[in-house]
Amino acid sequence: MAYVANELHLVVCVKVVPKPEEVRVDPQSRRLDRAGARSEINPPDLNAVEFALQIKDRFGGKVSILSMGPPFFEPYLRICLAMGADHVYLLSDRLFGGADTLATTYTLAKAIHRLEPVHLVFCGEESSDGATGQVPPGLAEWLGYQQITLVSDIEVNMSQGVVRGRRERQGGYEILEVPLPAVISVKTGCNEPRFWDYRLKPWAFAPERVTVWSASDMDVDPEFIGLAGSPTQVVGLEQAPSRERKRIMLSGSPEEVAQQLAARLREVLPLSG
Amino acid sequence: MATSLYSASEARDVICVFMEREGDTLQRVSLELLSKGRELADEVGWNLAALLLGYERMFPLTLEAFSAGADEVWVAEHPLLQTFTVEAYTSAAFQVIMRQKPSVFLCGATPNGRDLAGRLAVKLRTGLTADCTDLRMREGGVLVGEVTGFGGGVLALIETPQHRPQMATVRPGVFPLKPPRTERASSTVEIISVILDEAQVRTRVVEQAVGRGADITQSPVVVVGGRGIQGRFDLLRQLAELLGGEVGATRPPVDGGQIERERQVGQTGVVCRPKVAIVCGASGAFQFTVGIQHADTVIAINIDPEAPIFETADYGVVGDALQIVPALIEALRNSREPVASG
Repeated sequence: MAYVANELHLVVCVKVVPKPEEVRVDPQSRRLDRAGARSEINPPDLNAVEFALQIKDRFGGKVSILSMGPPFFEPYLRICLAMGADHVYLLSDRLFGGADTLATTYTLAKAIHRLEPVHLVFCGEESSDGATGQVPPGLAEWLGYQQITLVSDIEVNMSQGVVRGRRERQGGYEILEVPLPAVISVKTGCNEPRFWDYRLKPWAFAPERVTVWSASDMDVDPEFIGLAGSPTQVVGLEQAPSRERKRIMLSGSPEEVAQQLAARLREVLPLSG
Repeated sequence: MATSLYSASEARDVICVFMEREGDTLQRVSLELLSKGRELADEVGWNLAALLLGYERMFPLTLEAFSAGADEVWVAEHPLLQTFTVEAYTSAAFQVIMRQKPSVFLCGATPNGRDLAGRLAVKLRTGLTADCTDLRMREGGVLVGEVTGFGGGVLALIETPQHRPQMATVRPGVFPLKPPRTERASSTVEIISVILDEAQVRTRVVEQAVGRGADITQSPVVVVGGRGIQGRFDLLRQLAELLGGEVGATRPPVDGGQIERERQVGQTGVVCRPKVAIVCGASGAFQFTVGIQHADTVIAINIDPEAPIFETADYGVVGDALQIVPALIEALRNSREPVASG
């Protein structure tokens, strides 16, 4: 595949999630009670949007925001437009509902194929609701693209058609280079997402900025989407038990408290002379 | 419904664990998974297999996999498997799995493990339960994975009833490591040849600096600093050294560049299982406390008496960590019985 440098096309996958601290499990129905929870753009995805916008600032090109979810996602996604993105594609259909990683990555990949030529696909490291980080490699596999995950810094060489990313790993890092097109998962917290520009707001909220695709608009196999395309099943759901802790409060001056703590530490840690 | 490349009836009664390797060393998470895999396999009377990919000097690693609990070790050797690239490893693991058809495939939720598992699951058209906090087998050879969502506030049980292999990833430190076995019922090594093409591998490793940083998942004591310590990690380091431990952090100081990211504890960091976690100046958000839930004892110091961290602590102190920590260092230094690393 030869990619010409005339216009970079960057796609950012964005999800809207309920604020984690406001989600509860209904003890009777054992279902997630999201009704009381406000929504937000998945915070790691904002790092991905910022990453793409920085590349657009440097090299030009266009940034497409891609999301799969119900119509209420729309106003949240428009915030990305007011940050500097060019267009939003929202995959919205009841048939997409209940998708696990396999069905989600399949559906997103189908949309990305439709958006080609695409040079780079950015994803947040993980979502705050599922937090599995499995979408980026799954997406790359369906697309047949290269991938670099957990990237904190990136360099695009358009003349050679390669991307070089610094990948953060436990206890170190590595610098990997892959040919375009590639899926990049962006290390959470590696940049400071810009605020949206209020001057762009009227433009961002114009109807034509958002394209909604349903299953029939896309070349998808019904066996691979939504619940039908999801091999995993959630068989139980509960509020996480908080582990029983002693919850003993110590009081006194800093010195007194320190003595008490030192005594507790000596009880539980091995001593050596 | 779309089916996986092989069905439950074609699958063999084997749990396979991917052995992650850094140079000549097996990663601890893979051994932890063999420990857990052994337990699961014994429950259902299955075999436990270790999948080892690499090139040369594989024999010592094979022995290590056996003593960590494996009944079978599946070895695929190829020059392109010497170091990890997602293309070569996915292709090799795929070829071995299609030949051996295990019912369950487990992998560490490390950066490379996640890359591999994410690609493999799509290639095999099967289900992947990522970042499990517990695993068990239920009747019919179905693996049940427990995962936390929404920052640890919600627990979900997830199964892949029909597709095979049933894939799951688990973070380092979630399962304890069992002592090595000296005797075993069977020990089969299978050498499996894989076909890899250099042209497939398009990732170029330009530079690598791994394995030099801290690994706080293995430390018996972790002293964690949050926003409230105002970057005074030097103080926490003194305390940690005195106790033979390591310094950890919640996310804000890491994002603020006050400390290395590999020391971040919690949902987007690491899960540690120390004897003692001392949490200083952290409010105790779900996203963080999930990382210390396995600690035997939790001590919390926070200036705000209402901070949720006190709900998840064994001993709580309301006060300024910047005053309490120096006093504690002093108290430990002056104690008749010195406390040191064990």
